Amino acid sequence: MTKILTCINCPMGCELTVEVENGKVLSVSGNTCKRGELYAESEITAPTRTITTTVISEQGRPVPVKTAQPIPKDKIFECTAAIKALKVSLPVKVGQVLADDLLGTGSQVTATKSVG
Amino acid sequence: MREFDLVIVGGGPAGMAAAVAARTKGLENILILERDSELGGILNQCIHNGFGLHTFKEELTGPEYAERYAEQVEAMEIPVETDTMVLDISKDKTVTILSRKRGVEQIQAKAVILAMGCRERPRGALNIPGYRPQGVYTAGTAQKLVNCEGYVPGKEVVILGSGDIGLIMARRMTLEGAKVRAVVELMPYSSGLKRNIVQCLDDYGIPLMLSHTVVDIKGKEKLEGVTVAAVDSTNTPIEGSEEYFPCDTLLLSCGLIPENELSRSCGVDIDPRTNGPLVDEGLETSIDGVFACGNVLHVHDLVDFVSEESARAGESAVDYIRRGCTPDSTAAIKVIPQNGVRYTVPSQIHTADLLGDVHIRFRVTGVFKDCAIVIKAGDTELVRRKNRILVPSEMLDIIIKEEKLAAVTEDITVAIEEV
Repeated sequence: MTKILTCINCPMGCELTVEVENGKVLSVSGNTCKRGELYAESEITAPTRTITTTVISEQGRPVPVKTAQPIPKDKIFECTAAIKALKVSLPVKVGQVLADDLLGTGSQVTATKSVG
Repeated sequence: MREFDLVIVGGGPAGMAAAVAARTKGLENILILERDSELGGILNQCIHNGFGLHTFKEELTGPEYAERYAEQVEAMEIPVETDTMVLDISKDKTVTILSRKRGVEQIQAKAVILAMGCRERPRGALNIPGYRPQGVYTAGTAQKLVNCEGYVPGKEVVILGSGDIGLIMARRMTLEGAKVRAVVELMPYSSGLKRNIVQCLDDYGIPLMLSHTVVDIKGKEKLEGVTVAAVDSTNTPIEGSEEYFPCDTLLLSCGLIPENELSRSCGVDIDPRTNGPLVDEGLETSIDGVFACGNVLHVHDLVDFVSEESARAGESAVDYIRRGCTPDSTAAIKVIPQNGVRYTVPSQIHTADLLGDVHIRFRVTGVFKDCAIVIKAGDTELVRRKNRILVPSEMLDIIIKEEKLAAVTEDITVAIEEV
């Protein structure tokens, strides 16, 4: 199977053509440096993203939060819904852990701002 | 009248970094003025990550980056007056301020640092035809509503302009349950980072319509939809290409403008290319003892560069105060943008008053591949740096060594050359 990706490492934004079989990268073309190959490899085999969003505290003020580690890309919506459902009471401190092991991803959810 | 050595207008990343640098150099009597109720400026609403890779060698969100600096301001016991609006700055550095606590007050400064940031280009400056219904927001206003107030402005969204704030808001609105129908960009390329196009649009299947624009806004009281059309090479809409998108929200991400009303009324000379003050190597404006840094000077893409630049402004202000508030001792040489370079900051350098290496920051006028940045003094080449690609959306920063500059007497040119 052939997949087309845009490399995000620099403004060149090389269009990468990736040959994939059974989830494994057979070849990468279109890249102009080594970083493109490495990016294609990680994007195909295990793409991850850090989620940043807000949780509305019990007092009504939003608290900005993030996943402390990147989570699998295909779990973005599931994880965001789980973060939204967290109960948070003010005050919170930046870095405060609001959830451990979000949906079995191994990532914590932490506050990114001191609120209240 | 209260008297201060240094008054800093604005408590965002620029103001905080300038204050921290000035205090680190030993200046005692500093005041930061901030119109919002807390320090941090625009970073407070930028809850996404990607900040701080240069400054802190880790990836932080906006509020985390702001809090690191706010903690330093607090630890250094630098006075901050929040909920305070600056109304006027005079040439002799009398600053008129307004706050609920103290009413209208005049304070006297020996030096002033302008760190007011920038604001978004509003609908009124875009000439979009159609009605003026509720539901049209700048992307940053929507960002503040969602991230700081907890209100999501709509359910079906079209975004005009593909700058980074627009891209970030496309993802943010999607995560909040809205349907983003399209991001519409007038130019044939996006002015946003590749990373944001992939991770904010491609990840969520949001189409990016290049060489398109909004040609009509429908809805009298509330927004009902927008008409999008393709444009030709002169940016004129092509008849017959119109497509109607029902939506309840239109977000505008069409550029940022440095906020220089105070600088202008103070009499500071403005560079028409950046809409920010003209400054020298120490970031001093055309008025002695008035400095500028951060987005009020020129719009940055990385906060890390804002902090670095602003620290320099803080140090220069301390130097000016210690010198006894006298003007620079010598005439300045000009820094002239040439082929492919839109502007430079600084626009002039006092080579006899250097306080270390000089950063030349600039943007290019278009996309250049396999080229070199060439900085010359007369016929003498000071810097030549090869690049595989240069794009207008990435600010460039070239450092010229103090010892190289000290001997220069001719004007300096900055240009892009094909290799």
